[in-house]
Amino acid sequence: MEPKEIAERIKESFPAEVREVTDFAGQTSVIVGKDSIKAILRFLHDTPELYFDYLADLCGVDYLGKKEPRFEVVYNLYSIRHRHFIRIRAKVPADDCGIESAVDIWAGANWHERECFDLFGITFKGHPDMRRILMPEDWEGHPLRKDYPLKSDLGLMEWRGYTDLLKTVEKNSQYEVR
Amino acid sequence: MATAQKQLKKELTINLGPQHPSTHGVLRLVLDLDGETVVKCTPHIGYLHRGTEKLGENMTYLSAMPLMDRLDYVSSMTNDIAYCLAVERLFGITAPERAQYIRTMVGEMTRISSHILWLGTHALDIGAMTVFLYAFREREWILDLFEMLCGARLTVSYPRIGGVRNDVSQEFIDSLYKFTDEFPSRILEYETLIDQNRIWLQRTKGIGVISAEEAINWGLSGPTLRGSGVTYDVRKHFPYDAYDKVDFDVPVGQHGDVYDRYRCRMEEMRQSTRIIRQCLEKLPRGPIMAPDAPKLTLPPKEKVLADMESMIHHFVLITKGPMTGQSGEVYSAIEAPKGELGIYFVSDGTGRPYRMRLRAPSFVHVSALPRLSEGALVADVIANIGSVDVVLGECDR
Amino acid sequence: MSSTIIDGPAGLVEVEEGVKIIPGANAIVTSLDKVVNWSRESSLWPMTFGLACCAIEMMTTGASHYDLDRFGIIFRASPRQADCLIIAGTVTKKMAPVVRRVFDQMPEPRYVIAMGSCACSGNIYDTYSTVLGCDKFLPVDVYIPGCPPRPEAFMDGLIKLQEKIRGEHMKWGAWR
Repeated sequence: MEPKEIAERIKESFPAEVREVTDFAGQTSVIVGKDSIKAILRFLHDTPELYFDYLADLCGVDYLGKKEPRFEVVYNLYSIRHRHFIRIRAKVPADDCGIESAVDIWAGANWHERECFDLFGITFKGHPDMRRILMPEDWEGHPLRKDYPLKSDLGLMEWRGYTDLLKTVEKNSQYEVR
Repeated sequence: MATAQKQLKKELTINLGPQHPSTHGVLRLVLDLDGETVVKCTPHIGYLHRGTEKLGENMTYLSAMPLMDRLDYVSSMTNDIAYCLAVERLFGITAPERAQYIRTMVGEMTRISSHILWLGTHALDIGAMTVFLYAFREREWILDLFEMLCGARLTVSYPRIGGVRNDVSQEFIDSLYKFTDEFPSRILEYETLIDQNRIWLQRTKGIGVISAEEAINWGLSGPTLRGSGVTYDVRKHFPYDAYDKVDFDVPVGQHGDVYDRYRCRMEEMRQSTRIIRQCLEKLPRGPIMAPDAPKLTLPPKEKVLADMESMIHHFVLITKGPMTGQSGEVYSAIEAPKGELGIYFVSDGTGRPYRMRLRAPSFVHVSALPRLSEGALVADVIANIGSVDVVLGECDR
Repeated sequence: MSSTIIDGPAGLVEVEEGVKIIPGANAIVTSLDKVVNWSRESSLWPMTFGLACCAIEMMTTGASHYDLDRFGIIFRASPRQADCLIIAGTVTKKMAPVVRRVFDQMPEPRYVIAMGSCACSGNIYDTYSTVLGCDKFLPVDVYIPGCPPRPEAFMDGLIKLQEKIRGEHMKWGAWR
């Protein structure tokens, strides 16, 4: 099925949710609200002629100062059976930074959502194991947000595990055999 | 009696990694054991999280290429190709035909070298040392060819946005011909070592079974998915470069166990050799950089040194990066040796990507490790880690 | 045979600098430094511990083509049996305590090789999650630049470490 037709199908079924359909470089994105995202994804997965069985990618985007609402969660979906592709972009506002989890639909969403939480601070409701994944568990802040510094020297924000290590190494250096 | 049984049921938690020779880098698994059976397997990743995505967002499209080499460092060429294709798609240009053939060719060489390394380390984990030594002999051969091509062994950065860095030499073509002639017999050599080996068969057959539906649901890709009998291959579903002009088969397994995934990769190496051979035979003449993209590709060095305009152009490209001029987003995937490597760009019209997202196959594969390992024995965990073929640089990014 | 030993220092023959043999007797006379350093440098056992890209080149160097075994360098999987820790790859902040722990588990004498630009200085990865050079928390003996270093460069680094060990003085007793 052509991506535009799929977008039409989503529009028909969820007229209140679809904000916009955009087209760029031959790929179609459907921009939706976050409230019934799970119903939309469930619809895409379960409808036989759509049958999006493969979650290619799930990621977050931070549009700080560029767009309102601030965050977006992007689902790149593919159907191996029907060979068609669609992108769903769900708007997530900064003050209510949460969206429903898609782990029930695609088991592979599990770690993508954890990563999205880790790097953007977007929580996924109904996720079985919402912990940090890439950063240490007591890390402060969400690194991929646009207001997070890039450089290695984080100053006062430095992770405690690392500063503790440096302190211990300095303290123990007097016992070193050199 | 009751207390004795209670004691027997006590679970033991062991920690595997991040420093462990068979975790392929810095993967850490926490295993809850009941006897020798794994009750719960919790992977911990992020020990090699280098912030590639954030770093890429702060670099221009041209300068972020070296980061790609160091993602999946076993198959850096395919990462570069994935990146170039994604940027080309964003800018709406295509590489000339000769460059496409060269990319296909070097991509398949990388697939072979990656699979060889996988075979060597996987066999080493399971307990066959000899395969490792044999495998590295051919890997060294391919790395020598890469060196002949672009001067680097591992982190190649050979493809460029809109083409490739330099043309292939006749010497390279001759050596590659020789390689394709001899390599199938080397695959047979590996198979002689392990295919009929009773230990190998017992350690791999019926281990880590995953059905086709479940494998798709978990988002697995590449040989790991095809071992379960799904014919999903990005090279066939979304042909890029010259893959629609060459003839090759997609090997699939039946049982979805470690052994079938092994068979898939072995067959893939044969198919790769076939593809390389066809590319060599069909290699067309012509330019190697897209001529219709002067705003995207750097002018030749001689011109930069002699011509004022080229120098200004060069300067702007390096400092500001190539401008898209329009905002949009693109998801572009290729079939890397490990699986589907997707790159998602959000552009805001400037010379730097607003968001660069890397969909790494290893990341998804590691997430499925608990599914494969729970209920199996501890020794099978090692076989499973090997069979899903993870590289932690790509997994943690 | 015993009479040859009583012959005294006059019978000593110098075969190389600082090493003398007693002709006829199966004996050499040299300093303890020399013996200890010789045995240490010729059986340098590094840890099997790869972090990132450089680990692949480290494996290549250990494999059939480059063959590290001929230098007496054999990879050991346990830090308790290793003499030398090769930091092969980017050290992240999350990994740093683990690397340090591995180093702490190694018995003296122990050496550290920073292999590759990431371990030397952080390379291009000046990001929130990486440590810019493993010498921030480890005493590094040899730095090998390159991204990744070629196997030849890596072997050169190991030979440099052997040279360093050869020059050590009085590093063989608990009293020191």
